[in-house]
Amino acid sequence: MTNTRDKWLGYAGRTLVALILLFVLLPTIVVIISSFSSTSVLFFPPKGWSLRWFERAVTYDDFKDGFYAGLIVTAWASTLAVVIGTTLAIAINRYEFRFKQLLEGILLSPLFIPHFTIGLGLLMLVAQLNIGRGYPLVIFCHIVLVLPFVLRSLYVSLQNLEQRIEQAAASLGASPLRVVWTITVPLMIPGLFGGWLFAAILSFNEFTASLFVTTQNTQTLPVAMYNYVREFADPTLAALSVIYIAVTATLLILANKFLGLGRVLNVDASR
Amino acid sequence: MTRKPAFVPWFVLPSALTALGLTIAMLTVLQYSVRAYIPGSLDVGGFTLSNFEDLFKSVYFNAFLNTVSLSFKTALFGLLMSYPLAYALVKTRSGWLKSTILIIAITPLFLGEVVRTYSWIIVLGNSGFLNSALIGIGLIDQPVQLMFTETGVVLALVHVTMPIMVLMLATGLSHIDPAYARAATSLGAGPIRSFLTVTLPLSIPGIIASVTTAFAWTFSAFATPQLIGGGKVSTIATMVYQLGFSSMNFPFAAALSIAGLILTFLLLSAFKRMTQPLQRVGAH
Repeated sequence: MTNTRDKWLGYAGRTLVALILLFVLLPTIVVIISSFSSTSVLFFPPKGWSLRWFERAVTYDDFKDGFYAGLIVTAWASTLAVVIGTTLAIAINRYEFRFKQLLEGILLSPLFIPHFTIGLGLLMLVAQLNIGRGYPLVIFCHIVLVLPFVLRSLYVSLQNLEQRIEQAAASLGASPLRVVWTITVPLMIPGLFGGWLFAAILSFNEFTASLFVTTQNTQTLPVAMYNYVREFADPTLAALSVIYIAVTATLLILANKFLGLGRVLNVDASR
Repeated sequence: MTRKPAFVPWFVLPSALTALGLTIAMLTVLQYSVRAYIPGSLDVGGFTLSNFEDLFKSVYFNAFLNTVSLSFKTALFGLLMSYPLAYALVKTRSGWLKSTILIIAITPLFLGEVVRTYSWIIVLGNSGFLNSALIGIGLIDQPVQLMFTETGVVLALVHVTMPIMVLMLATGLSHIDPAYARAATSLGAGPIRSFLTVTLPLSIPGIIASVTTAFAWTFSAFATPQLIGGGKVSTIATMVYQLGFSSMNFPFAAALSIAGLILTFLLLSAFKRMTQPLQRVGAH
């Protein structure tokens, strides 16, 4: 009796999970099919097939410029965020100083302050100070937004670090700075890389705050894409989305294979 | 803790400067919100409280109600969809199934709001996937209007917030000792009963964390309500953008943002207070 019930319960559970996965995948499948459409008006299913939208996606000037601007912003923002985050994480984790909690609280606050508020604030600040809206503004904005995530991943790697190695170095006469530079930082490298990658992906995709702080010259790819949807209805954006999805999924599959995504994201069962 | 070496201030300095910049930017929002708007100019006038009085006009008040209602619906439906996935992710013993669920569930997290919203436009449009499919199997003969409706926006927002909810729920579930559920089973509880009386209560902290995050994300979502709502579904985020960039009324945009922040804060702390008795169930 119980056994048949359990079996049906198992089937029901599996069907439910499969349906939910289908819901998650649905837009991706639909966007992939649409990107090969031959007509310039989106119909579903497409009336014919072509690759012309892929060609347009990689040759359209605003997308090319947005891609380069995005690379500049992402490279600077994620690297600086890792430097700022690492020094702060070491200081917070190992030492006491004044206003420690206040500082940490402010830097984690972008997790709960809407991105449009942060973008608006920075935009009004540079307007009031009469500074132009250039790359520094966009980069600073992205640093602020990715820093909470970087800090979180660095705390984890600092906590897992064997403190006795640091103590051994110190007891052998290494100065505290030398301990940090030759022991702590090298041991943190996997965490640093993970934090950097996470920051880079988030920064490259950031949209809402970027919409406020970028100009025509500094607009990143998501902003260029948003402006495109508002002007055109052809499947170029579907083609670009497919390229995006392919690159992201490849990166994640590789990360899963070599780093163990479950472990990185902390969702593996504890026992 | 060891004695503080001389380099510590230098290690704190870069982050202190970053925090200072962010604080000044937020104070600027606060300062603009109490300034008068000079039409057609980026400069602002003298101090005034009229921006906050204008918030009670029905257009803006409706944007507040819309945002709160969207956030509640998204968090609720998001939870119903994410929990089974997180549960399967943690409980499955098959390695490839775990990886498959994980990759499918979290890839959207890294795609950005614009790509995901655009995909939903193709799904929900009048000649999009859903309507073509429903007409194709003969369930309907006229397209159902999904674009520019609240239903469409909620569907897309649930999809946008699901990955982070799955991750947070799975983290919570993975830290529950399976021995508890085994103990319940060995004492004669069926799978449903052991889930309802053991696993579910123990996962409440994860549920609360994920619902809070979904709520905050929806509150600040812009591309989805803007593109799928198409002006028919106005939220605080779309209003702030419109005021800032169409009418250059930055003082009022600032007041709206401040009111939004206060509202988020009040709702989240009310939620935290309401769920405090439940939190204790989870802390075993």
